Amino acid sequence: MFRQLSLGLRAGIVTEPAPREPSLEAVGARLGQEVRRLFGRSLQIRQVDAGSCNGCELEIGGLTGPHYDLERFGIRFVASPRHADCLLVTGPVTLNMAEALRRTWEATPDPKLVIAAGDCGRDGGIFQGSYAVVGGVAAVVPVDAVIPGCPPSPAALLAGLLEAVGRRP
Amino acid sequence: MTGAIVGALLQALVVAVASPLLLGLVRTLKARLVGRRGPDPWQPYADLAKLCRKEVVISTATSWIFRFTPFVLVATMLVAAGVVPVLGTRPALSFAGGIILLMSLFMLGTFFLALAGLDSGSAFGGMGSSREVAVAALAEPTVMLAVFALVIRTGTTNLGGVAERIGNEPALAAHPGHLLAFVAFFIVMLAETGRLPVDNPATHLELTMIHEAMILEYSGPYLAMVEWASAMKLFLFMTLLTNLFAPWWVPADLGAYALLLGLLALAGKLVLLAAALAVLETAVAKLRLFRVPELLAGSFALALLSVAAVVLLK
Amino acid sequence: MLGHAWALEVPWLVPLAGLSLRMDPLAGFFLLLVGATAVPASIYAMGYTRRGLGAYPAFLLSMAVVPLAANVLTFLLAWEGMALASYALVLSAHDERDASRAAWIYAVMTHAGLACLLAGMLLMAGWTGSLRFADWSAAAAGLGAPARNAVFVLLALGFASKAGVMPLHVWLPVAHPAAPSHVSALMSGVMIKLGVMGLLRAGTDWLGVGPPWWGVALMLAGTASAVGGVLYAVVERDLKRLLAFSSIDNVGIILMGVGAGMVFHASGLGALAVLALVAALYHAANHAAFKALLFLAAGAVARGAGTRDLEALGGLAKRMPWTGAAFLLGSLAIAALPPLNGFVSEWLTFQVLLQTMRIPRLELSLVFALAIAGLALAAGLAVACFVRAFGIGFLALPRSDAAAQAREVGGAMRAAMVLLAALCLGLGLGPTVVLPHLGAVAAQRLGTGAPLPGPDAFTVTVSGDFATLSMPVIALALTFGLALPAVLLRIMGAPRNMRRYETWGCGRLLQTARMEYTAIAFASPVRRIFDFLYRPQTRLEVEAHPGSRFFVRRMAYGHSTRALAEDWLYAPVLGALRLGAARVRAIQSGRINLYLLYVLATLIVFLVLA
Repeated sequence: MFRQLSLGLRAGIVTEPAPREPSLEAVGARLGQEVRRLFGRSLQIRQVDAGSCNGCELEIGGLTGPHYDLERFGIRFVASPRHADCLLVTGPVTLNMAEALRRTWEATPDPKLVIAAGDCGRDGGIFQGSYAVVGGVAAVVPVDAVIPGCPPSPAALLAGLLEAVGRRP
Repeated sequence: MTGAIVGALLQALVVAVASPLLLGLVRTLKARLVGRRGPDPWQPYADLAKLCRKEVVISTATSWIFRFTPFVLVATMLVAAGVVPVLGTRPALSFAGGIILLMSLFMLGTFFLALAGLDSGSAFGGMGSSREVAVAALAEPTVMLAVFALVIRTGTTNLGGVAERIGNEPALAAHPGHLLAFVAFFIVMLAETGRLPVDNPATHLELTMIHEAMILEYSGPYLAMVEWASAMKLFLFMTLLTNLFAPWWVPADLGAYALLLGLLALAGKLVLLAAALAVLETAVAKLRLFRVPELLAGSFALALLSVAAVVLLK
Repeated sequence: MLGHAWALEVPWLVPLAGLSLRMDPLAGFFLLLVGATAVPASIYAMGYTRRGLGAYPAFLLSMAVVPLAANVLTFLLAWEGMALASYALVLSAHDERDASRAAWIYAVMTHAGLACLLAGMLLMAGWTGSLRFADWSAAAAGLGAPARNAVFVLLALGFASKAGVMPLHVWLPVAHPAAPSHVSALMSGVMIKLGVMGLLRAGTDWLGVGPPWWGVALMLAGTASAVGGVLYAVVERDLKRLLAFSSIDNVGIILMGVGAGMVFHASGLGALAVLALVAALYHAANHAAFKALLFLAAGAVARGAGTRDLEALGGLAKRMPWTGAAFLLGSLAIAALPPLNGFVSEWLTFQVLLQTMRIPRLELSLVFALAIAGLALAAGLAVACFVRAFGIGFLALPRSDAAAQAREVGGAMRAAMVLLAALCLGLGLGPTVVLPHLGAVAAQRLGTGAPLPGPDAFTVTVSGDFATLSMPVIALALTFGLALPAVLLRIMGAPRNMRRYETWGCGRLLQTARMEYTAIAFASPVRRIFDFLYRPQTRLEVEAHPGSRFFVRRMAYGHSTRALAEDWLYAPVLGALRLGAARVRAIQSGRINLYLLYVLATLIVFLVLA
C-alpha cells in the first residue's frame, strides 16, 4: 500500500498537453453551437462495442490513463446509457449487434451525440461488404462525427472528442 | 422561531452549495495521487448543471416510487443539514432531534433508493438494493455503539451539545475511547457513503456496484438530484466526523465574525479529511462483497472497545 | 386510563371466586388497545369474510376482560377463552392447507403456557392466601426471595410464550398466517401485547419490586427475540409469515423497554423507569397500529392477487394502489423511519437504553450495551426486510399471471386500512399528546410520580437536556424539502421532456419478469452473512441429456433454512417426551383386571397418606 503511494507521488503528474491536430470528420449538422454550449464543460460518454476487434477499445482505454487523462476536460465514461450524453461506437456494426446498438441509442436521453470511432465505424473498414456486417454506424443510428483511423491513436481520439464539444485544449 | 427557520435554511444552503465542491476535491486529489492532472474541483457543478438540461427517460416498468425517490433523497439531506452542527454548535433544528434522528433520516433515503432500484425491474437494480440494505443494516450497530461512547462522555445525544461539550474540554478528545469511536465511525462513513474499500464510486462493472447499481435507470434532472443528495450525504458524514470528534473553533453563537471563523475552520478540517480519504481510496482495493461484513464487524469491535474504554477509564 | 379507577364484583358469575374486574390505568391502556384495533379489524372483516362470526365476538370479549381481571379465576377463564376463540378462528380458515396443523401447534403451545400460568398463580395464591391480585402486591414483601423468583419464572414463561418471545415463539409463525387476516391483525396487534401486559403485572405489580436480574433476563430475551425475529423475517417468502416473525421482533423491542424499566426501578431510578415503561407501552400501541395495517394489507393482497408468495407477486403498486400505499406506510412505520410512529417509540427506547450510565453497576452497562447493539441491528434488518417485502411484492413487473390480473379490494377493506394508516400518522406526529397519558399510566404502575415535560406543545424532552425530539417540525421540514426541488425544477423548466422506454438491459432483445430480482436473491447477502444461524441446506439436481453429460436438460435448485430453536430446543424436548410416553404406555395393557388393581393400589396409598 505505501509502496504504491510513494510510487505515485514520486512519479508526479505525467499528463501530457492535449494534441492540437484536427482529426474529426463532422458528418452531421447537430454539432452546432447549442450542443457545444451544453457539453463544453461536461460530457459523459457511453462506449458501445458494436462488433469491433477491440483495437479501438484498447486505444480508448488509454484515454483514461495518466498520460492522456480525459477527466481533466470534464469528460467521463459512464456505465449506463441513461447517464450518457454521447455514444462512442466502435466496430462495423455486426448483424447481431445492430438491434442492441439501436436500443442503446433509444435509451440515451436527448440531446445526445453519436461519435463513430475507427474506420470500421465510418463505413465498415476492412470488414466492409461482409455478410455479417451492416456497414458503419450510420446505417443503424444517426452519426454526428467520425474519428477515422485503424485504430485511431489516443491522441487522435482526444483531439476529436475535444473538437466535438468545441473545447479548446 | 424565525431565527430557527433562517438558521436551518442557511445551514441547508451551505451544505447544498458546498457538497459538490467537496466531492470534486476528493476526485481531484485521487487523480493527483496517481499521477494524473485530474478534473477541476468545480467539475461536479458543471455535471449537475448539464444534467438539469437533459431529457428524462423513464422505464415503463416503474411506478410513482421511482419518480418520488429523488425528491425524498434531497428532502432528507436538507433536513439532516439542519440537524448536523455545520456552522455552529447550535444547529437550527437540533431541538428536533439528535444523532438517532440523523441516522433514521439517512435510512429513510436508503429505503426509498433501494425501492427505486427494485422498481425498474432490472437485475442490476435489485442486486444493488439488496447489497445496499444489507451493508446499511450491518453498519447500524457500530453507529449506535459509537454514539453510546460519545453519550457516556458528554451526557447528551443532541449533536450540537456533544460538539459544544467536547469543544469546551479538549482533554475529552484525546481519550482512547474517543479515538476508537472516531475510527469506527470513519469505517461506517465509508460503508454508508459508498466509498472504497466498501464500494467503488467510479466503477463501470455492474456486478461490483452497490450504490451505483440502484441509480442506473435515472437520467436528467432526477439523476442530478440523486447525485447531489449523495454528495450532501458525504459532506454531512465528514462534517459529523470533524465537528463531533474534533470540535475546535466551532462557534457557539452565530455572529458574523464567529460564523466566518467557523466556516474557515470547517473548510480546513474538511480538506484534511478529504485528503485522508483520497489517500485511503488510492491505497486500498475494493473488498469482495462478502468481506465487507468482516470489515463492519471489525468496526463494531472497535466501537465496543471504545465503549469499554470510556466506561472503564473514567 | 384517562382518570377514573373503578371495580366490579359479581361473585356468582364465575365459580370459586366470582367475577372480579378492576380498572386501573394500565388496564385502561390495554383495553383501549383492544378496542382501537378491533374497530378497523371489524370493518375489514365486513368486506372480507362471513366465517367465524360466532367466535369473533367471543374473542374480542375475552381480550377485553383479560386486562380488567382482578382475580385468578377471572383472569384464567378470560385467558383460556381468548385462546379457544382464536383457535376456533384459526380453524375457520379451513381452506388453508395447513390450518389444522397450525391450530394444533397453537393449541398445544398456548396450553403449555396456561399450565405455567396456572402453576405460578396457584402457588402465589397458596402462599399469600388470596386469589385477588390486589392482595398479592401487599403480601409479596412477606414472601422469601426464592418463592418470588419461582413464581416470577413460572409466570414469565407462561406470559412470554403468549407474547411470542424467543425461544417460545414457534406457534406464532404457524398460527398467525393461517388465520384470516383480520384475526391475524388482532392476534399480532393485541393478543401478544396481553402477554406483555402479563409480564408487566408479574414483574412490577403482583410480586412487588423484584431484583434487577428479572429485568436483565427480560432484556436479554427481548434482544434475542428482536434480532432473531427479524433475521427469520428477512428470508421468509410467505408474506404473512414474514409479518409474524416481524411481530416477534417488535415484541422483543417492547420487552427491552420493560426489562430496562424493571432494572431502573430496582436501582431506584424512578424517572428513568417511568420513561422505559412509557417507551414500551408506546411501542406496544404503535405496533398494534402498523402491524394490523400490514396484516390487513397482506390479506388484501391475498384476496386481490390470489397468493401470498413473494416469489409470485410484483407490480401490485399499479394494480392495487390503495393496498400498495397502505403497505408502504406500514412498512415505513415498522422500519422506524421518520415521521411515523415506529420511529418515535424506537427513539424513546434508544434514549432509555443510552442512559444506562446512571446506574453505577458495570455488568448492567454491559447488558445495556448489548441491548443497544441488538436493537440497532434489528432496526437495520427491519429496513432490509420491508424494502424486500414491499419492493418485491409491489414494484416492477408481476412475476405470475395471478399478480398480473390483481384487482383492488372492496370499500370496507380499504376503509379499514385508511383508518389504521391515519392512526399511524397521528401517533407519529403527536407524541406530545400521547406521552403525558402514557407517563401517567407508567407512573401509577411503578408508584412514582414523574411526568414527562416538554418546553412547548411540539417537542418531547427526555431527562433534561439529554435528548429532544420534535416530530411536527421534522414532518414540516421534510415536506418543505420535498417541495423545494419540485419548485426549483419548475422554475428551471426541467425536465425538458419525459420519455417512456424499456428498462436498460444492456441492449438485450427481451425483457420479461423472469429477469427481475427474486425474493430469495434479495435476501441472499443477509443469508450468507448469517449462515451460522440459518444453516441453509441447498439442493441442486442437474438432469443431463442422455447423449452427453455436458448438455444440461433441466436444473432444479432448492434452498431452505433451518430454525435454530426448533432444532436445539423443541426437537430434543419433544423427543424426550415421546420416549417417556412410550415407556409409560407400558402400563396401558388393555386388561381390565390390571386397571382395577391400579385403582385399588391408589386407594390404599391415599388412605395411608390421609
